[in-house]
Amino acid sequence: MTRELFNRDTRAIIYGFQRNAIQRMLDFDFVCKRETPSVAAIIRPSQAGAIGYHKVFWGGTEIVVPIYRKLDLAIKKHPDADVLINFSSFRSAYPTSMEALNAETINTIAVIAEGIPERRSREMYKLAKEKGKVIIGPATVGGIQAGAFKIGNTAGTIENVVLSKLYRPGSVGFVSKSGGMSNEMNFMIAQNSDGVFEGIAIGGDRYAGSSLIDHLLRYEANPKIKMMVCLGEVGGTGEIDIVNAVKVGRLTKPLVMWCIGTAAALLPAGLQFGHAGAMAGSDMETAHAKNKALAEVGVIVPESYDDLGDKIKTTFEKLKAEGKIDPVDDFEPPKLPMDYAQAAKLGIVRRPTTVISTISDERGDVPMFSGVGLDTVVSENKSIGYTIGLLWFKKELPKFAQDYIEIVIKLTSDHGPAVSGAHNAIVTARAGKDLMSSLATGILAIGPRFGGAISDAAKYIKLALDKKMTPQEFVDYMKNVVGINIPGIGHRIKSVQNPDVRVKLLKEFVLNNFEKHPFLDYALEVEMITTSKRNNLILNVDGCIGICFMDLLENLDLSEEEKNDVVETEMLNGFFVLGRSIGMMGHIFDQKRQRAALYRQPWDEILFAD
Amino acid sequence: MAQKSIYEFSAKKLLMTELPKYFPAYNYHGKLAVISPETDWNKLVAENPWLNTDKLAAKPDQLFGKRGKANLLLLDANLDKLKAFINERMNKEVEIGGIKGTLNRFLVEPFVPHEKEFYVSITSDMDSDTIHFSFEGGIFVEENWDKVTHVSVPIGTDVDSFDLANKLPDLGDLKTTLVPFVKGLLKVYIDQDFAFLEINPFAVTSDGTVVPLDLKAKLDDTASFQHINTWASPENPIQFPRAFGQVLSKEERFIADMDEKTGASLKFTILNRDARVWTMVAGGGGSVVYTDTIADMGFAKELGNYGEYSGNPNREHTELYAQTLIDVLTEKPDPQGRPKILLIGGGIANFTDVKATFMGIVAALRKSAEKLRNANVKIYVRRGGPNEKEGLKLMKDVGEEIGVPIEVYDRYTHMTRIVPLSLKGDS
Repeated sequence: MTRELFNRDTRAIIYGFQRNAIQRMLDFDFVCKRETPSVAAIIRPSQAGAIGYHKVFWGGTEIVVPIYRKLDLAIKKHPDADVLINFSSFRSAYPTSMEALNAETINTIAVIAEGIPERRSREMYKLAKEKGKVIIGPATVGGIQAGAFKIGNTAGTIENVVLSKLYRPGSVGFVSKSGGMSNEMNFMIAQNSDGVFEGIAIGGDRYAGSSLIDHLLRYEANPKIKMMVCLGEVGGTGEIDIVNAVKVGRLTKPLVMWCIGTAAALLPAGLQFGHAGAMAGSDMETAHAKNKALAEVGVIVPESYDDLGDKIKTTFEKLKAEGKIDPVDDFEPPKLPMDYAQAAKLGIVRRPTTVISTISDERGDVPMFSGVGLDTVVSENKSIGYTIGLLWFKKELPKFAQDYIEIVIKLTSDHGPAVSGAHNAIVTARAGKDLMSSLATGILAIGPRFGGAISDAAKYIKLALDKKMTPQEFVDYMKNVVGINIPGIGHRIKSVQNPDVRVKLLKEFVLNNFEKHPFLDYALEVEMITTSKRNNLILNVDGCIGICFMDLLENLDLSEEEKNDVVETEMLNGFFVLGRSIGMMGHIFDQKRQRAALYRQPWDEILFAD
Repeated sequence: MAQKSIYEFSAKKLLMTELPKYFPAYNYHGKLAVISPETDWNKLVAENPWLNTDKLAAKPDQLFGKRGKANLLLLDANLDKLKAFINERMNKEVEIGGIKGTLNRFLVEPFVPHEKEFYVSITSDMDSDTIHFSFEGGIFVEENWDKVTHVSVPIGTDVDSFDLANKLPDLGDLKTTLVPFVKGLLKVYIDQDFAFLEINPFAVTSDGTVVPLDLKAKLDDTASFQHINTWASPENPIQFPRAFGQVLSKEERFIADMDEKTGASLKFTILNRDARVWTMVAGGGGSVVYTDTIADMGFAKELGNYGEYSGNPNREHTELYAQTLIDVLTEKPDPQGRPKILLIGGGIANFTDVKATFMGIVAALRKSAEKLRNANVKIYVRRGGPNEKEGLKLMKDVGEEIGVPIEVYDRYTHMTRIVPLSLKGDS
C-alpha cells in the first residue's frame, strides 16, 4: 500500500454525528485554504428521515453537509468521498467498517472506537488486505496530512494546528501507535524541522489495521517526505519489522525512532502466561531490545525520549545542509473567525437582543412571574386572579381585583351552544378537527359583534366621561353623532321587570367592594334614560363587565396613560377569550365524547335565491 | 487490556457446554468443584457427591502454572486426603515465580488415570490462529518444544473443510478422535473469542474419551457484549481475576471502579506508598514516557505510582482521581525531610479539555492545601491542548492561593523536561 492516502481534494464520510470533530475538520480545511470541504457527508443511524442537513461553518459563513441515515445512500450520492471516518461504537464499528470496505468508492477507513473485539479487527484487516484498502485504527484519533486532510479530532484545536504548522506540509513523515502522543510529536517535529508532512497514529490495540511499517513504507515512496520519525512501544513485533526493512534496504530515508516503555519492568506485569505464543521472541518485545536493534541497523535512536527532539533537529539540519530539503511554501494561515459563544464568554463581543420580556423569566430554578416565584404562587395557594395580575398587570393585585377577575372569567365562561363562538367550535369539532383547531375557530369569531360589546361599552363610556358629557348628552351623542345603539345597553329578553341576575350580582359586588365606581354610577344614570324609552334597554352583562372593568382600573393606582394602555392592549377582550375558552372547550369535548357526526346546515335553513 | 486470563474452572466449564456443539464425542465428566476459605465442606459434598466416591485431584486455581513443581498438586486422593491437603495450604502465602500471594482458591476434579499426556494450544496473530500440538505433553513440553507441530489456520478459514489431519503428525488410531477434537476446540476458540488456550496435558482414556487435565485460557474481554449467553450464564459467569499476588489497595479499587463507569480512561497503580515522586499524567503514551524518564534518571525506586487519565474525563472524575492520588502521596512526609514531587504532566492533547480537567485537579489541590504543605509537596506542571492557556493559568494561580510551590510549563518546554527540573540535584 504505497499509494498516497490523502491530498487536498480528499473527501470523507463521517459515520456518527460528531459535531465538534466535523467542525474542526472544516476549520482545518479553511486555514489550509482547501477549495472544498473535506466532509462530504455524515451518517446518523438514529435519524428518522433518509436525508437531513447539518449546518457547519466554512470560515465565516455557513454551509450545509448532508446527513444520511444509511451508509449505502451516502456512498451512492458521494462517489468522490474515498475516506470513511468511523466514529461508531465498539459494538457497531465492525459491521459498519465491513460495509464500507465492501463499497467500491471507499479506499481508506479510520476506525476511532476503542474496545473492538480483536477477532473482529483481524477480520476487518483481512478484508481490507484482499480489497487493497487501508484501515487506520482501531482505537486511534486518526492522523493528519498537513495542509491537506485531517481525520476527526486529530491535532485538536485550530490554534494547535497553527502552532504546529499543520496548515502546510513540511518534510517529515511521522507515525506512532499512541494517538495522544502523536499531537505532542506534531509540535515537537514542527519545533525541530520544517514540520510534519503527514502524521498517523495507528492505535493502541494489539491488532492495528495498519502497522508502523505500512506507513513508513508509504513515506519512503513519497518524494515529498525527506525524513521519517516513528514512536514505537514496548510489546508486539511491529518495530522489529522496521528493523528488518531497514536491514534489507526497503527503508532508506533517515529515520529517527524511539520505543517508549523502557521502564516497563518496573510495573507489575502479573505472571507470565503460557509458553507457546510468546516463546519466539519475548525478549525482542521489550523497548530496550527494540531500541538497541533499531540503532544497530542504522536507525537514529536517541538516548531517551528527552533528546528525541534534538535528534530530529540534527537529522533535519543535516539534510538541509546537504540541500535535500525543498523550501517550504509557507503562508499566513487565514484567521478563523472566533465562535460567537467563545467570544461572548471572553467579553470581546456584544450583540443586541431581539426580544425584551418584562413579565417572566424561566432561566433560574423556578420560573418567576413579575418577580414572584411560581413556587410561591402554588405553595401559598394564590388565586388565578393573582396570577393574571402578575402576568397581565405586572403587579400583585389587591383582593377585590383578583375576585373581580375571577367573577368575570366565570361570567364569560359560556353562553350556550348557539352563540357564534361555541357554534364554530362545535362545527369544527364535528368536522373531525383537533381540539386546538376547533377552539381557534371559536376564538376567531370573537370581535366587534360577538363578545365585542364588552370592549365597546368600556370604550364609549370612557369617552363620555373624558368629555364630561351629561348622561343625556351621551345618549344623544351616540344616537346623532356615532349613529349606533349604545354598546352594553339592551337585552333581547331581559327587562327592568325581569332583570338579568348576572348583572345584579356583578353590580352588587362592585358597589360593595370598589372604593369608587364612577363608570358604573354613570352607566346607571344612562340606563335610567334608556329604560324610560323602552324597558328592555337595560345595562346588559357585557356592558356591565366592560364598564366595571373601567372602575377596577380607577381603584388600582394607575396613571391615565397606564389605564389607556390597558384599554389599548385589548385586555378586556383577553378576559372574554380566557373565560369563553373554558366553555368552548367544554362544547368541543362534549361533541367528541358523543362521536358527533359531521354537521351540515339543513337546506330548509337556507333561502336559495338568485 | 483486552486479553484477560480466566480461571481454569471457568474455562473447563465453558468447554463443557460449547465443545460438544462441534465435537459431540466430548463426553466430559463435568465434575468440578471450587474450594475457597468460605467453603462449607458439608454443603460442598452434598452438592458434589462424587467427592465421596471418586478418586480426586486438586490444585490451586489462581492463574499460575507449574503447580506440581511447587508441591501444590494433589493426585489420586480420597476426601480426607483432600481436606488435609487443602487445610494445609489454604490462606498460606507462597512465592510463585518471584510473586508472593495467598492461596485461596482450589479446583477439585476426579483423578483420571492415564498413560500418555498430549499437548494442544491455540494462539493468534494478525493473520491466523495457530494450533500447537504435541504427543509429548506435560511438564516437559518446553524442553521438547521442537517436537511440537504448529499449524497455522488463516483467519476466515472454513474449519470443517480444513485439512488438519495431514498437517498434524501421524495420530494412528487416535486420528478419528483427535482431529475432530482439535477442530472443535478451534471452533470454540474462534466462536467464544478466546485469545489463548492451552491444554497441557490432556489425556485420552481407554474408552477414547478426551479429558483436559490442566488448562489455561485467556478471553478477549472486549467481546463480552457478543457472549451474554455463555459468559454471563448463571451457571458459569466468567470472571476476569487479577494476576496471582495482585491485590488492589482501596485507592486502586476506587479508581478502577470509577474507570468502569466512564467512557474516559482512569488508571492508577501504586508502586510504593512511601515514595517521593508521584505522577498524574494525561494519556496512555505520555504516562509511559514520564515513567521511562524517571527511571532513566535513576529514580525508579522513588516512584510512587503509575497511572494515566485520558479520553476527556469530566471535571468531577478528574477531581476524584487527583484527590485519591494526593491523599496517598501526602500520607506521610519524606523521612529525610526532602520535598515530595508531584508531576502533573502530559503532552499536547487532541481533544481532552485542559481547562476542564485542570479545574478538577485545582479543586482537589485547593481542598488539600494543608496536607500538601505538611508533606512538603512541590508540584511541576506541563501540558498543552484545548484551552491550555486558561488551564495552565489556573494552576499557576492556585499555587499562590494555597501556598504550595507549583511550577507551570507550557508546550514550549519539552514534555519530560519537568522530570529533570524537579529531580535535579536530588540524586
